[in-house]
Amino acid sequence: MYPADRRYTKDHEWIVVTGNLGRVGITDYAQKQLGDVVFVEPPDVGRAVSQGQSAGNIESVKAVSELYSPATGKVIAVNGDLSAKPELVNTDPHGTWLFEIELSNPGEVANLLDNQQYAELVK
Amino acid sequence: MNQPSTEQLKKTPLNARHRAHGARMVPFGGWDMPVEYSGIVNEHMAVRTKAGLFDVSHMGQIEVAGKDALGAVQRISSNDATKLSVGQAQYSALTTPAGTFIDDLIVYRLASDHFLLVVNAGNIEKAYKWIADETRAVGDVAVVNSSARYALLAVQGPAAPAIVQQLTAADLTGVKYYWFTHGEVAGVRSIIARTGYTGEDGFELFIPPASAERVWNTILETGASAGIVPVGLGARDTLRLEAGMHLSGQDMDETTTVLEADLGWLVGWKKHDFIGKAALEQQKAAGVTRRLVGFEMAAPGIARHGYPAHARGGDGIVTSGTQTPLLKKAIGLAYLPTAATTPGTEFEIDIRGRRTPARVVPRQFYKRPR
Repeated sequence: MYPADRRYTKDHEWIVVTGNLGRVGITDYAQKQLGDVVFVEPPDVGRAVSQGQSAGNIESVKAVSELYSPATGKVIAVNGDLSAKPELVNTDPHGTWLFEIELSNPGEVANLLDNQQYAELVK
Repeated sequence: MNQPSTEQLKKTPLNARHRAHGARMVPFGGWDMPVEYSGIVNEHMAVRTKAGLFDVSHMGQIEVAGKDALGAVQRISSNDATKLSVGQAQYSALTTPAGTFIDDLIVYRLASDHFLLVVNAGNIEKAYKWIADETRAVGDVAVVNSSARYALLAVQGPAAPAIVQQLTAADLTGVKYYWFTHGEVAGVRSIIARTGYTGEDGFELFIPPASAERVWNTILETGASAGIVPVGLGARDTLRLEAGMHLSGQDMDETTTVLEADLGWLVGWKKHDFIGKAALEQQKAAGVTRRLVGFEMAAPGIARHGYPAHARGGDGIVTSGTQTPLLKKAIGLAYLPTAATTPGTEFEIDIRGRRTPARVVPRQFYKRPR
């Protein structure tokens, strides 16, 4: 269910780290809690983000929820597909990244949950 | 966590049915209610294109009966109940002396001296007490909170009338919008009313609570081939908003008058009197300083309840907002200074610190094809 190639936050984001870059999305558990996602508001490109701090919003029909950055660094890209197709977050949560961070410290994510720990958290 | 535990929440007769069928449950107005079954978008679209079944048993029923029942209803309800024939229903406001809302309601005339008032779930006790107190001096009238005697199901959508017709011998073609009849539905005695809160055709069925599950199941079985789905409060909210209908307690309350809420058509100006009439007449003569309008966002973003609005001529506030599943745009309702309420007027909404452009549009975002 939860891929082993990434790390997870207790706030239900995931991050896939490749070199000094990290791509961030939300988990299947999170999308189920949100319901139909209709609008993704990622942090602006160029913005500095910190691990555990607010980094944009995700809106379902019902409500708005805050996104928290799983890592510290600078936002270098946002997923442009989501402005036209926010529902990708529901249909393919683990294949749909929201924003990409140039990581200040790629080792930082070691303090996040692995897939088994996360699966236990949301069990 | 200030959320009351589910044990403290009231339950409709269908509560176990909702839970057994995987509905996501939330507290609403003191009730444990289904917010979604298969997803808000799916449920919303089913009601717009096929049919949906809603458990709205949390709504309150108050009966007013006796020789002077009409006089009692005329006193507490802003609309003119003398216009109601037996078998007819009327949308109205339960007003304070200031012309503001205790609640909105639908008045059903069951007999010449017997009315059934349907009020909102969170307001049942308050509305009942208000009506009982305010009609005490009227004369020969009894006011009864009969909420526990009714389960209320709504069948809504273009396929709804055909589905309900299959389950009753009553001729529904003769029951026009905002009229009702009596008959058996799925073998259960029912008030069958052509009313609803979705902007679609359909019926609301007042039935004995003990039979609610049987009727619910039979409607779902009968409507299966037509694509009926159970619908939760989430889609009920997006459907009513798209249709430009108010949510009491959110779009209007004791701080907003009937005229400010743009519901002047609920006022029986020719009536001898009702609570709040003088205040509303005065406000009508002076003109309102703010009014509820429909808006759509002119840039990405979704405005939500409570977000500040900034218009030329003053500030306002968003009372409802969502992304509509059908029209696929962000819409809402907001109070704005009167000078800014003309359709086409541009203003801004503060979306979590970001001033985002929006535009005033007619409040009925969606009108069903006829």
